[in-house]
Amino acid sequence: MFRRLFTSRSPLEPAPFWAGISYLILGFWAFVVLFPLYWLVVTSVKLPVHVNTGPVYLPFVDFQPSLHAWRYIFVDLRNDTLRPYVNTTVIALSSSVLALVLGTAAAYGLTRFTYRPKLGAVGLVIGWIGLAVVAVVLGVPWPLAVAVAMALAVVSVSALNHRFRRALGNQDVAFWLISQRILPPVAVVIPIYVLFQQLRLLDTRTALVITYTATNLPIVVWLMRDYFQSVPVELEESAAIDGAGRYQIFWLIVLPLALPGLVATFLFILVFAWNEYLLALFLSGANSQTMPLLVAAQNATRGPQWWYMSVLILIMILPVIVMAIVLERYIARGLLVGAIKG
Amino acid sequence: MHDPKPTVAPATSPGVEASPLSWLSRARERLERAAAGVFLWPSILVVLLLAVFPLLLSLYLSLARVRFVRGGVEIAFVGLANYRKLLVGSEQDHFLGVFTRPSPLGGLLFGLVALAVLVGWARYLRSGRVGPVGLLGRGIASLLILALVGLSAITLGPEGRPGTVVVTLFYVYVGLFLQYTIGLLLAVLTAQRLPGRRFFRVVFLLPMMITPVGVAYMFRMLTDTSKGPFKPIWLALGLADFSWVNDPWGARMAVLIGDVWQWTPFMFIVLLAALEGQSVEQIEAAMVDGANRWQIFRHITFPQLLPVSTTVVLIRMIEAFKIVDLPNVLTNGGPGTATESLTLQAFIAWRTLDLGGSAAVAYSLLVLVTVISLTYVTLLRARVTE
Repeated sequence: MFRRLFTSRSPLEPAPFWAGISYLILGFWAFVVLFPLYWLVVTSVKLPVHVNTGPVYLPFVDFQPSLHAWRYIFVDLRNDTLRPYVNTTVIALSSSVLALVLGTAAAYGLTRFTYRPKLGAVGLVIGWIGLAVVAVVLGVPWPLAVAVAMALAVVSVSALNHRFRRALGNQDVAFWLISQRILPPVAVVIPIYVLFQQLRLLDTRTALVITYTATNLPIVVWLMRDYFQSVPVELEESAAIDGAGRYQIFWLIVLPLALPGLVATFLFILVFAWNEYLLALFLSGANSQTMPLLVAAQNATRGPQWWYMSVLILIMILPVIVMAIVLERYIARGLLVGAIKG
Repeated sequence: MHDPKPTVAPATSPGVEASPLSWLSRARERLERAAAGVFLWPSILVVLLLAVFPLLLSLYLSLARVRFVRGGVEIAFVGLANYRKLLVGSEQDHFLGVFTRPSPLGGLLFGLVALAVLVGWARYLRSGRVGPVGLLGRGIASLLILALVGLSAITLGPEGRPGTVVVTLFYVYVGLFLQYTIGLLLAVLTAQRLPGRRFFRVVFLLPMMITPVGVAYMFRMLTDTSKGPFKPIWLALGLADFSWVNDPWGARMAVLIGDVWQWTPFMFIVLLAALEGQSVEQIEAAMVDGANRWQIFRHITFPQLLPVSTTVVLIRMIEAFKIVDLPNVLTNGGPGTATESLTLQAFIAWRTLDLGGSAAVAYSLLVLVTVISLTYVTLLRARVTE
C-alpha cells in the first residue's frame, strides 16, 4: 500500500508522491507569477484611500471596488492615453513587419545562395565609411560625404575585387549579422539621435520604426536561418526545373512552408518592440511617445498614484498576454529551433 | 562583393519574344540573376547604417568632449580623457566603486579564478595550435576576467562600495544562475504527464510578455512595506520600518527579484520544448534497470539538455547586460548610485549632456559584453571538440 505512493506506472507519469511534490512546487511558482498580476488588477479598482491606509486584498469583501481610475484614464485623459497607445501599436507592428521581411529574405539568401565576399573588399568599404565619418566630423555636410563615400566604395570595389584572394563565406556573413545583437543599444543611440536630428525625424514614429527594425533584424536572421536550414530544398529544386523564378519560389513555396517559424519570430520581435524602453527614451518626445514611456513617466509627474498606474500597465499588457495564451505553442517551438542550432 | 553560385538551377529563360516585351524580359532575367544580392543586401545596408556606422561615431565621441553651443555642437578631441575619468578620475567611485581590503572569501575566489586561467593557458600553449590572433584574444580575455573578479573582490568587502560595473555583473550572473535553476526545475516538473500542465505552461510564460517598466512598478508596489500586500509579514518580522529602496542591497535585491521574475520564463519555455523533444526509450530502459529519478535526470536528461542550455544562457547573458528599465523605474538607480547598471549610467551621463562620458561608458559595456561572450563561445567550442 505504502509502496504504491512511490512507484509509477509509466516513465513519464510520476508516482503519486512525486506528483504531489510537483504540484506543490508548480503551484507555488504559479502563485509567484499570478499574485503580482492579481495585485495589479485589484489596485486598479481601489480608491486612493484603500491604498493609502494599508493593504486590502479582496474586492467586495475588504473594500468596495470602484472604476474611478479606469474612468479617469479612458474618459478624462482620453487623448493622452490614446495617442501613446496608437503610437505603440503602429510602431511595433510596422517595425516588426519590416524586420521580418528584410530578415527573412537575408536568412533565405544565406541558406540557399553562396556568398563569397572578398576580405579586401570588405576592408575597402569599411575604410571608406571611416573616412566619411571623419569627413562629417570635420564639417563636410553629411549627405555629400555619404554619397561620395558610397560612390568611391562602389568604384574601388568593382575595380579591385578580382585582385583580392581571401574570401569570407556565408557563415561569416551570418555570424556578423547575428552578432549585432550583442551590441548594447546605448552604445549606438547617440549617433542615431544625431542622425535623426539631421534628418528632422526626431520625435517621429518613423525614427522609432527604423531603429526597432534594425535592432530586431538580427533576431529574425538568426531564427529564420535555422528554420530554412531545416526545410528540405528538393521542393524548391523541382519548382526551379518547372521554370519558376527565384522570387516565385521564395514567395509561393518557401514562405508558406515557413509559416510556423514566421509566426513565432514575428510574435517574438513584436513583444520586444511593444515593450522597448531605452531607445524610445532617447528618440521620442511628446508626439511619438510610446506606452512604456507613458507608464514610466507617471511617477515623475504625479507621484506614485498606484491606481492610475495599474490601469495603464494593465491596458498595455493585455494584448500581449492574450497573444501569449493563444499562441503559446508557436512561441515555444520557434524559440527552440533557434536555440538548438544557434 | 560576392559572386552568387546558386544551388538551385536558375529559371530557364523563355524563348524568343516580341520586341516590345524583350526589354522587360531582359530586365526580369537580370533581376533573376541578381537574386542573391537582392535577398541579402537590404539587411546588410540597414545594419551598416544603423549599427556599424553609429558604432564608429560613438567610438569617436568617446574620445571627445562634446559641447552644445549656439547653432550646433562643438566637438573637441581629448584622447583617452573620458576613459581616464572613469578608471582613475572623478568618476572612479561611480564606475568601479570604492575599494577596500578584500574579504577572505573574495581573496579565495580570486585565487581560484587565477588558477583556472593559468590552467587554461597551460593547456592552450601545449595544444600546439598557437596563433597570433588566439594569443592576443586569450591575453585580453584573461586580463579582463581577472580584473573583473579582482574588482568584485575588492569592492564587495564591508567598507567597499561596488560601482556600476560590479552591480551590472551582479545582475547578470546572479540573475542567470537563479533564472536557469528555477527554469530548469519548472521545465522538468512540467514535462511530466500531470493533469493540468497546459495551465502551468501558459501561466509560466506570462511574465516574459510584460513590459519591464510595468514589472518595475509592480515590484515597487509589492515591496512597499507600509502599503504593499505583504505588510502583515513585514510587521511579523519586525521589518515594518525597513524600506527596500533605501537600503543598497535591499534595492539591488528588489531589482534582481524583478529580473528573475520576468526572465525565468524564457529559460523555462526553451528547456521545456527541448525536454518534450527527447525520446522516451532511453529513460524507459534506465527505469527497467532500476535507476531512480535523480540518476535518470543526472545521466540521461541533463546531458541531452546541455547544448540547448549553453545557448539559452548565452542569449540571456547578452540581453541581461543591457538591463536598464528595471533599475531606472524601480529604484531610479538609487539609493545614491547603488542600483545603477552600466546602461543606466550612460543614460544619466547623456541626460547631463556629457556625451563623451556617456559614449565612454557605453563603449566599456560593449567591450565587456563582447569579450565575455566570445570567451564563453570559445570555451564551449573547446569543450565540444575535446
